[in-house]
Amino acid sequence: MIRQDYPRIGEQVFHHVLDNGLNIFVFPKPEHGKSYAFFATNYGGMDMRFELDGVKHDTPAGVAHFLEHKMFDTEGGNALQDLAANGASPNAFTSNAITGYYFESTKKFEENLRILLSFVSVPWFTQESVDKEQGIIGQEIRMIEDNPDWCVFINMMKGLYQNHPVRTSVAGTVESISHITAQTLYDCHRAFYDPSNMVLCVAGNVDPQRVCDIAGEILPRAAGQQVTRDYGPEEPTQAASPGIEVEMEVSAPIFQIACKGETVPYGPETQRIQLLGELAAQALAGPSSKLYCSLYEQGLINSEFGCGCELYPGCVFLFAGGESRDPKRVRELLMREAARLAGDGLDPVMWSRLKKAAYGDRVRALNSFENLCVGQAQAFFLGGDSLGFAELFESVDARDVQQLLARWVTPERTTMSVVWPKGGA
Amino acid sequence: MELITHTQLMPGVHLTSIHTNKFKSSQFGVSLLAPLKKETAALYALLPMVLRRGCASYPDMASLSAALDDLYGGSVEPMSVKKGETQCVGFSASFLDDAYALEGEDILCAAWELLGKLLLEPYTCEGVFCSDYVDSERANLVDRIRGLINDKRQYSTYRLGQEMCRDEAWGISRLGEEQQALSITPESLWGCYEQLVKSAAVEIYYCGSAHPERVERSVRSAFAGLLCDGPRYQPSCQVVSRVGREPVLVEQSMDVTQGKLAMGFRTGGITVKSEEYPALMVFNGVFGGTSMSKLFMNVREKLSLCYFASSALSKIKGLMLVSSGIEFDKYDQARREILAQLEACRSGSITDDELEGAKQILTNSLHTILDSQARLADYWLEQRVAGLDRTPEQLAALLEQVTVEQVVRAAKAVELDTVYFLKGREAEA
Repeated sequence: MIRQDYPRIGEQVFHHVLDNGLNIFVFPKPEHGKSYAFFATNYGGMDMRFELDGVKHDTPAGVAHFLEHKMFDTEGGNALQDLAANGASPNAFTSNAITGYYFESTKKFEENLRILLSFVSVPWFTQESVDKEQGIIGQEIRMIEDNPDWCVFINMMKGLYQNHPVRTSVAGTVESISHITAQTLYDCHRAFYDPSNMVLCVAGNVDPQRVCDIAGEILPRAAGQQVTRDYGPEEPTQAASPGIEVEMEVSAPIFQIACKGETVPYGPETQRIQLLGELAAQALAGPSSKLYCSLYEQGLINSEFGCGCELYPGCVFLFAGGESRDPKRVRELLMREAARLAGDGLDPVMWSRLKKAAYGDRVRALNSFENLCVGQAQAFFLGGDSLGFAELFESVDARDVQQLLARWVTPERTTMSVVWPKGGA
Repeated sequence: MELITHTQLMPGVHLTSIHTNKFKSSQFGVSLLAPLKKETAALYALLPMVLRRGCASYPDMASLSAALDDLYGGSVEPMSVKKGETQCVGFSASFLDDAYALEGEDILCAAWELLGKLLLEPYTCEGVFCSDYVDSERANLVDRIRGLINDKRQYSTYRLGQEMCRDEAWGISRLGEEQQALSITPESLWGCYEQLVKSAAVEIYYCGSAHPERVERSVRSAFAGLLCDGPRYQPSCQVVSRVGREPVLVEQSMDVTQGKLAMGFRTGGITVKSEEYPALMVFNGVFGGTSMSKLFMNVREKLSLCYFASSALSKIKGLMLVSSGIEFDKYDQARREILAQLEACRSGSITDDELEGAKQILTNSLHTILDSQARLADYWLEQRVAGLDRTPEQLAALLEQVTVEQVVRAAKAVELDTVYFLKGREAEA
């Protein structure tokens, strides 16, 4: 077990790799009453096509999310109930790139950890329960299809990416999930829920050695086969479409503008690009940027407006959006401001403030065990370290941000998704 | 460990200060407490939004954002929440804790000073709020009021409350009504501000690594402009214990693919202040408040009637609200099944696992409040409005003692008042 200290941000992490390839990270928090465990696989909505043991699989959209729902079923009943009966609050989520299972509890931590490790690693599906789940998830899909924020997001991804499966909804559609069988779930579980493709992160008043011992006891002794993923043909640098617009029952138009970046290969560089991307988004459209103040003062945006940078294997993009009575005007002003920053560079006083604010935000975010553990898992799957950001801040300068804006925020690389109110605004 | 200090700074102005070393940030809150009323709800909701636009020292967004960035990107959010029939407006803020400042800056003092300025030294034009700020924030408020419709689950609960309490203050939205918001002028808002600063109860909150004496010193200095020249509001709430009529059904159609069924119950006069409150909490946990509950296990899991089905308490007002997502044609079945689960609780058909499970989840949830700055701030604001000073641990200890007989009694006190059903357009045909 290796201990690493991050004194500047008051963090300490114990890292250990089991013989089966599982990476374990423990953040001891003796002052807290609760403990949090996060067990995640490097498998999400975008991992639909893959090869395992020489066999190619092409699975329906939504299978990772479906699998997440069904994993809670155990031969003896339901793990959600077992954890809840111990006072833990368990849950799970599926994103484009990862599926994570977690619980938070103030009592019986070790017992709960055993339940978590066991239900996620031991699949138990029957065709009957799969059929029933199709009804429940079908309802969930209908519910998100009514959600304008979800629609604006998924259309943004479709507008940005032509081939990359990140453009597909994580939940799939009512139609796509109808093709899922118990066998599909067993195949996907075998391919992606191998300890060597997973990570366990724990934060709380716990003993790191106990966590490793319990994981060693419950999980398989050896690693299984490696899976190869297929994200389709190479993605062009330009956006798939300049924009996608739909109408829904909303009170005001909502929009997301996104600009496509270059793919960053697996490794620590992903963390630097993510930080640069965040700083670029803040410099362009963050709350203290010239653009934000001017858009807000003109009544073109409100406090719902937000911006940032998202990075998944094989894709990275900047985004900015919210509510506006005139999204097209916002896009025009945003492109103009990006061109100005790309040409003139950033004001040095503004740049140092921006960095200070971003640093403070990242440190404050560590209050949350969820941020700490999920952030570490995500960074690790991308080949980086989430807590190394204090040092990274010293390695980025204003010119990097200027160049990034010049390359990424161009008309060809930009798309805009809009949800207009029904019958016109 | 946490150390909680309550201090009365002057009559009607109170500081709750929690000393702890476990967070990376410090949480700050300043709330003005006033009765929730139709005439003033929109004015009060708009006030912090306009105040947040600038103060005399930082008159615009650019200078204010720069000041916040210099404090390591602190966040100051305008706030308008409803606690019972009290509207709480002001700011909730989070700053990097002094312990993590890279150059030893005194963030605590600077943060209080900034919050004091935002509340007490507003940016004005000709003696009132500047009309640019009022116009643009009024438009934002109207957008937010209209935007309540966007999230259909929340919207259905909001509409249920409105219908159920149409003659009570609780039915008023924390954002006020669109018509009221549209009629606000810089002059009317200024008049409301001057009145509110004098008459509202003021709740100031801190949670972080600073010692209570240091916190009190900086708060007293930052809020020295608050005057002590008259009585301040004392929170109160009308509790309706009996319905005395058949349940009312309200239906609404919209272009949606999933229906929402919301059901509002009165708790028979049991509120957070009642001796029976821990029993009511456990009852709600058994019935629909947890993932071990009868609604979750039976209505959602066993019968697959709903995608979600849960219940929540409005603890100061004495209400229990059930929220569920169903297919349009399942209305009768879902309603019947939800009431059947309530009947099961009333008749004492509660297993030991259900009782213990609900208690475990609820006590766990109370203990984890201590590990979350935002939840802790909200918890203490609620306690202050209710006139209580019970810690989450004390409430958890009371929960542990609750017996099944007490749960049954609480279940029997609960009575259905109003049902709200949001259905699709095609269902009208």
